[in-house]
Amino acid sequence: MRLEQIEKDPGEFSLTPNLKDYEAERQTFAWERVAESFEGLPSGGLNIAHEAIDRHANGERAEKRALVWLGENGEKREFTFVQMKRLSAQVANALASLGFGKGDRIFTLSTRLPELYYSAIGIFKNRSVLCPLFSQFGPEPILQRLRRGDARALLTTRTLYEKKVEPLLGELPELKHIILFDAPEHLDKRVLSLKQLMDGASDVFDIPPTDPEEMSILHFTSGTTGMPKGVVHVHKAIYNHWTSGRYVLDLHPEDIYWCTADPGWVTGTSYGIITPWLHGLTNVVDEAEFDASRWYRILQEEQVSVWYTAPTAIRRLMRIDNDPLTEYDLSRLRLIQSVGEPLNPEAVVWGVEKLHLPIHDNWWQTETGGIMIANYLSAPIRPGSMGRPLPGIEAAIVRRTDEGGVEIVTEPGKEGDLALRPGWPSMFRAYLHEPERYEKCFAGGWYLSGDLAYRDAEGYFWFVGRSDDIIKTSGHMVGPFEVESALMEHPAIAEAGVIGKPDPMIGELVKAFVSLKAGYEPSEELRRELLGFGRKKLGVAVAPKEIEFQDNLPKTRSGKIMRRLLKARELGLPEGDTSTLEN
Amino acid sequence: MTKEQIQEAIITQIQTIAPEIERDDIRPDAHLQRSLEIDSFDFLKILTALKEILGVEVPEADYAKVDTLNKMRDYFAERMAS
Repeated sequence: MRLEQIEKDPGEFSLTPNLKDYEAERQTFAWERVAESFEGLPSGGLNIAHEAIDRHANGERAEKRALVWLGENGEKREFTFVQMKRLSAQVANALASLGFGKGDRIFTLSTRLPELYYSAIGIFKNRSVLCPLFSQFGPEPILQRLRRGDARALLTTRTLYEKKVEPLLGELPELKHIILFDAPEHLDKRVLSLKQLMDGASDVFDIPPTDPEEMSILHFTSGTTGMPKGVVHVHKAIYNHWTSGRYVLDLHPEDIYWCTADPGWVTGTSYGIITPWLHGLTNVVDEAEFDASRWYRILQEEQVSVWYTAPTAIRRLMRIDNDPLTEYDLSRLRLIQSVGEPLNPEAVVWGVEKLHLPIHDNWWQTETGGIMIANYLSAPIRPGSMGRPLPGIEAAIVRRTDEGGVEIVTEPGKEGDLALRPGWPSMFRAYLHEPERYEKCFAGGWYLSGDLAYRDAEGYFWFVGRSDDIIKTSGHMVGPFEVESALMEHPAIAEAGVIGKPDPMIGELVKAFVSLKAGYEPSEELRRELLGFGRKKLGVAVAPKEIEFQDNLPKTRSGKIMRRLLKARELGLPEGDTSTLEN
Repeated sequence: MTKEQIQEAIITQIQTIAPEIERDDIRPDAHLQRSLEIDSFDFLKILTALKEILGVEVPEADYAKVDTLNKMRDYFAERMAS
């Protein structure tokens, strides 16, 4: 059932929204004019670090708080823009002194520590490439990504290093250095201490000329048939970050901003690091994982005004039978945005009832680099819809034709592929070393997102599902092939088929169906062993949560496991076209 | 049920959800999720299973009161006694 549209009363906004008239703004918008919002690099070109930190540190925001870091155990540390400028300069000098420079891939694997945030800026300053990994990956996903991304250095913590990286060192000859955030001194010639490096480094760093088209960030995202893909982004992506910060997050200079996403994923870098600082804002970072009472306290005590979070967290807040506004003073909070997976309509309405603020859903992907389609502060919300394309973004529903092109679906409510017209500044420039996979994303002059959606008569887009087998769990993507490959390394497993099983809390959970080799029998003991095997190898973010034994997994005549059929059977749905099923 | 039995039930449930975890990995005062790398989904499942066994539900708002093995054991012990 579709819930009623939520209307907005402009008289209730505490600040005038940046986007007042959606249609008018779309008509007059031009990407070239976004350049006026940047200073440009004194040495020439455009560099994220200069626009996000240095220009503010050199101006009237120098002593303003850039980062408010809340430690898991109650610690609080604050960094001004000028401090961030100096610390990131030290990191850049340290990297340069080790011989790293333009284009070198510097990976990060860390929980949300202050070192991670100023190191990211330092990496940009040095014109190296930031490659974030999620700290809950296991050794196998880490190894795959370090290899595929040509890692030259890895910035991490001592615990994560010892647990997940040290056993891999022999397999990574090109990885020159591991740099530890929390080691007081170098461990040996290869494993170094960031502190020791920074102690010997100058806190002044003049950023060399940077081409706006230079690679800045390499994120990994999951594929349906192969191993993860390295998604290449460039410095110019900040045109989108700045624009979406203005229109979608409605950032104003006095805002205090909190994005709850982890910088191991794209939301945590684009909107947890870059965007708030482009706008010169105070950015709140919490080291701890989700905890309802803690989160409400942070909103209150840090006086957060713009909050960017995720459906999984909102659904957990909804589980509490309380009245947050009588328990906490959330009077500064004026805008809530959500991303990661479609936000269910009930959650949008819950916001209105419990927080007196609707929750705004929006849509984008690792490949798009920034928000593409959104609900806006000044515009009505249709609960369950991702909203309408940003000014400067052209989106459509298309259908592939037999000739290899596409045709646009104009009929409202008709499902098809969600597509974007290429050319926006934060569009990914390549899948690293995989030009063919990149080419496959485009057809007939459109970028095909892989998401199925429809558009209603008023231009609002509605998510329907994925057009492939990629699993969306707790807001991040898991590629079934990567999970299957890891499971197949267990001596008992003959075949594995992995699907996303719908779950009310996390969207989908990773479920594996396995058949066993001769000599092995299904048992509870073996199921637990396999569960543990997957978790150890892949890490909790990727490993299956459920494993089911099944003889003879359904396969095509060419021997490919039919995940679609496994999923249909799991859900008790019609099996669809089974004409290619092996007898 | 004694505190030791409650603790035993908790450890069994943790190892059911995350069989790779050895008994010695579970330090009594360490943050369960962070130190054992169980995510919030796993944590919910552990608490759901414990509700079945011990008959005490931990509401979402109380999750911070059960974030270590010792705290969780005491939380259940207190509520089962009353």
